[in-house]
Amino acid sequence: MMGWRPPLVLVASWLGLLALLALTVTLAYLPFGSLNSTVAIVIAAIKAAIIAAFFMELWDRGPRLLIFAGAGLFWLGLLLWLGLMDFITRAPA
Amino acid sequence: MTEPDYLNSSYTLRSWFLTTDHKRIAILYFASLIAFFFIGGAAATAIRIELATPQADLVSSDTYNRLFTMHGVIMVWFFLIPSIPNTLGNFIVPLMIGARDLAFPRLNLLSWYLFVAGGCVTLFAIVAGGIDTGWTFYTPFSTLYSNSYVIIAVTGIFIAGFSSILTGLNFIVTIHRLRAPGLTWYRLPLFVWSLYATSVILVLATPVLAITLVLLATERFFGVGIFDPKIGGDPLLFQHLFWFYSHPAVYIMILPGMGVVNELISCFSRKPVFGYKFVAWASLAIAAVGFLVWGHHMFVSGQSLLASLVFSFMSFIVAVPSAIKVFNWTATLHKGSLRFDAPMLYALGFLGLFTIGGLTGLFLACLAFDVHATDTYFVVAHFHYIMVGGMVTAYFGGLHYWWPKITGRLYSEYWARTAAVLIFFGFNLTFFPQFVLGAEGMPRRYHVYPPEFQVWNVLSSGGATILAAAYLLPMFYLGYSLFFGSRAPANPWDAPGLEWQTSSPPPELNFESQPVVTRAPYQYRTDFTAEPQNA
Repeated sequence: MMGWRPPLVLVASWLGLLALLALTVTLAYLPFGSLNSTVAIVIAAIKAAIIAAFFMELWDRGPRLLIFAGAGLFWLGLLLWLGLMDFITRAPA
Repeated sequence: MTEPDYLNSSYTLRSWFLTTDHKRIAILYFASLIAFFFIGGAAATAIRIELATPQADLVSSDTYNRLFTMHGVIMVWFFLIPSIPNTLGNFIVPLMIGARDLAFPRLNLLSWYLFVAGGCVTLFAIVAGGIDTGWTFYTPFSTLYSNSYVIIAVTGIFIAGFSSILTGLNFIVTIHRLRAPGLTWYRLPLFVWSLYATSVILVLATPVLAITLVLLATERFFGVGIFDPKIGGDPLLFQHLFWFYSHPAVYIMILPGMGVVNELISCFSRKPVFGYKFVAWASLAIAAVGFLVWGHHMFVSGQSLLASLVFSFMSFIVAVPSAIKVFNWTATLHKGSLRFDAPMLYALGFLGLFTIGGLTGLFLACLAFDVHATDTYFVVAHFHYIMVGGMVTAYFGGLHYWWPKITGRLYSEYWARTAAVLIFFGFNLTFFPQFVLGAEGMPRRYHVYPPEFQVWNVLSSGGATILAAAYLLPMFYLGYSLFFGSRAPANPWDAPGLEWQTSSPPPELNFESQPVVTRAPYQYRTDFTAEPQNA
């Protein structure tokens, strides 16, 4: 283990995540109005993509693993879709 | 010289507690699950004794709340969910697919340790004073008002959830990667298909439960507004997240039971399962559509009418693949050479009880009826018909079917049949009156009730006594068989599956040589003898 070095791609991804974190915090204090949430969600999605691609090593994997990873995303979509369906169409109190 | 079997390979404690053999880990799970079953059963016993009279004469209201919570939490997370996958599945799946072990043996052992750790933490919460929220931990009671040990209990469940995820991952990878040569997907026994579908749910749903419990703890502990509308939360978000896991969890419980029943009905009808591909894909359909129905638990919560309509419709849709299975099992029985050995009695019991549980589920999927029946004993009866009448009956059936393989011993057929019949009658006497009570309006989770409900409650408590005795019976005759039972041959049921083509109990590495599969499962000749899958 003495000669082991973390792969460059992991270090770069980690630095990228830290940079995006700094960007999230900085942009949260800028007065974009309702766009603040959109910007934060876009940055969070990029962070998730970096983690999936590089830390989970999905970027060079075969179709079977991509299908399973995609299933996770799809199911998250189901939760958001059906959950929001109630939230958006709920009668006001 | 033949290999020693997995039971005789070593006798040290270390060889058990540090084993990576899927068969020994299945036994470790089995022992733990028995303990949890009796703890959960003890709570149920106290509940039924209390409900024998309309007054509160055994426990206080607060203690009663803690009793039914303890019963639900222990039975759902520490018995029903892990029972078939982690005991029978762990033991049988590698044997059924001709593998030496699961894909990740050490992960399998870690899964057991996590399960026990989670169980111990939850038990600590119970011993320290208990939890009074109900197994559903609904907010705002669990976050704002409850003075019981909510955080500790959810921590235990959170830990046990990781055990589920690891088990699911292990089964998925094993079924994809470790199938014997020639064992194509359509040659897999249906038990394996059902566990594959179960594993998909375990992996996709359990993380949502973990996140939900963390959010609950965050609001309760730090006052962060997640579920409380006064501080910016959404009052229904907890229920959405909880049921996104907990409704599919019903299928985590019942799908493995369905898988067991395929094996039993085919073997004791001496026929292949009718419509194999439909039954196989029905498992995956249940797993997928089961994620789209959670809102039927929330019809009276204030959820929007549109959402309720969609969830109601989807709940009817999910009944279709379940019905396909029931019809196909019935068609399998048709013109079969039926044998009424104990496992078959359990399978037939499952068929009837699951059908009643499933059909009453359709009642509850109707918006208008559900408004009347929500939080009544009708719901309690319905889900017990699925989880106990269905899943636990199937578990007992599978346990008897594979007992000779697991232990290398034969049990008393007379006592096994007696227990199967007693469980069927005890179960119906316990839970059928609860349908009547619910329809007449008796709410669940109350221990004081109007005197006109007493007759049905006494019938139910009387049935529970029979059921408890019937559940204890196998402890004695199976325990006796362990020490004094006749030696089991490799294939006592003359079944064609790979697990029956190795010795009983199997050797450490399962097979003397790698089996090669040459035909579909459930192949019985016209004289009702079996053609082994690898012959």
